[in-house]
Amino acid sequence: MLKLDTISSSIGSKKLLNQISVSFFPGKINLIIGPNGSGKSTLIKAMSKQIPYDGNIFYEEVNLQNISLRHLSKFRAVLSQHTEIAFPLKVWEVVMMGRYPHFTTSPGKQDEQAVREAMHYFEINLLADRDYSTLSGGEKQRVNFARVLAQIWFSTPGRCRYLFLDEPLTFLDVNFQYQFMAKLQLFEQKNDLVIVGVVHDLNLASKFGDSILLLNEGKVASFGKPEEVLTEENIERSFKIKPSIFQHEGAVIISF
Amino acid sequence: MLLNRNYTTVWIVLSIALGVVFFFSLRWGAIIISSEEIFSSVSNYFSSDALTLNERIFLNIRLPRAITCLLVGACLAMAGVLMQALFRNPIVEPGLVGTSSGAAFGASLYFVLGATFQFNAGVWTLPLAASIGGALATVVVFLFSHRKGGTQSIISLLLTGIAVNALCLSGVGLMSYLARDPQARSITFWNLGTLSGANWNSVLVIGASTLICFLVSLRLVKSLNALAMGEEEALYLGVNMNRLKVSVLTVTVVLVAVATAFVGVISFIGLIVPHLLRLIKGSDNRYLLIGSVLLGALLLSLADLAARLLLAPAELPIGIVTSAIGVPVFILLLRRNRHYF
Repeated sequence: MLKLDTISSSIGSKKLLNQISVSFFPGKINLIIGPNGSGKSTLIKAMSKQIPYDGNIFYEEVNLQNISLRHLSKFRAVLSQHTEIAFPLKVWEVVMMGRYPHFTTSPGKQDEQAVREAMHYFEINLLADRDYSTLSGGEKQRVNFARVLAQIWFSTPGRCRYLFLDEPLTFLDVNFQYQFMAKLQLFEQKNDLVIVGVVHDLNLASKFGDSILLLNEGKVASFGKPEEVLTEENIERSFKIKPSIFQHEGAVIISF
Repeated sequence: MLLNRNYTTVWIVLSIALGVVFFFSLRWGAIIISSEEIFSSVSNYFSSDALTLNERIFLNIRLPRAITCLLVGACLAMAGVLMQALFRNPIVEPGLVGTSSGAAFGASLYFVLGATFQFNAGVWTLPLAASIGGALATVVVFLFSHRKGGTQSIISLLLTGIAVNALCLSGVGLMSYLARDPQARSITFWNLGTLSGANWNSVLVIGASTLICFLVSLRLVKSLNALAMGEEEALYLGVNMNRLKVSVLTVTVVLVAVATAFVGVISFIGLIVPHLLRLIKGSDNRYLLIGSVLLGALLLSLADLAARLLLAPAELPIGIVTSAIGVPVFILLLRRNRHYF
């Protein structure tokens, strides 16, 4: 479980996050939505110890302040919007980077196993020897998804694994977006995996999110099940645009 | 699906080529030394028999020079690999970001003013002075070209490099203007790069620092690989960025400054070697680091042979030879990496 207790963060005089208190549970897809500048990415950064914050963040019982970045990287992985690599590296070399926190000089059997399985899961086996920089946007993101999952591939008894997604679907087409979310859904059944993701597309959030955090101006505007959060009032108040909301096969559909 | 790269062939080919070139660089020069003399000088040295002139030339001049050349080549190439990884850019090298000229300035300062300030730390004095100069220049370039979020703008990097290089070189100019004749001559030689001053002392000092730096760098390769994806991703993989930057800059400065202190400014080895290695096989920093030791030593030995043989019995400054090869490669790289601009 990931517990955020009155998290605030500011740059200069601007408050980016204001007293955010929520808990994210394993076995669920937790999605964060909100207008631009509402603090979604900032929250992910605070949760990863990338920026200073006030308040407390607990990974299970342990305060994040007491976890070193090095140790954190063994059980928490972050998928970013897009990743450019400065030098020509092969796909498997990129995926292997996910295992870096787990070995000192050269990868062990377990590391190779994780890389193989992650690449298999994202169907990039055939790309293994391709140069990363020659891939298409969708392929690159699949490689990165495999990389961050390889990072937390094996579960450790008595400890959760954490997967943060920082708008990873922004540059992808609809087909890829749904493929990604479907892959993610298969993963959420692991009951030791805490998934927290930022998405832009409200319909994607409604279809795949088990619980949704709506942020507005750095504050929690609403938090709960999709049908509780994605209401006309909530959306209009945060996004300043009036939606029409439909129900279709049990899912909420938002149209503007 | 093979999750490992086999570099054995590369190592074997490079080692053999290095052995051959090293052998010829022992034999050829102003005086040609035969293989028999090479062996006899070594055996006579240990049996304390009287040495012939050629044997003494070999033991006191040719051999230390050839070894210094290997070590300096390895130093500069390693520094190139480390800097390119840190700046995340394949067209960076120690000569471009001020390290070499800063070191030259520090060393020339010591040459001219060392006696006045009574600054002395034995054989390490010159390397120390050069290191301080090189470190200052590199840090200035690094800080001025640093943007928020940890990306290096390559344009501001190169421009700051030009400015700092110009400043350091005019400092060197000032020193040689102030210097008495023998000092001025050694400063001039230095700016062009020369191995003619190499002796066992330089072998010892460069050898020790190269070995230490190599071992330290081997521990950094994983973090540097992760850095290829950017600082944020490296942080997510648990890399301590500040420590990494300080380590890499320190190692690079020591490598370049110590080499520069003994043989002067030799440019472009740090640029060409990593580039060739990437062409041969991949960008993994462990491979590049180990490969750069071999290929750097090989290329500089070749350049030294050329420097000694082209105008024999006179000698070209080796820095001129490496620049003559390096500048076209640099321009080629600039053209191929247009997307950085």
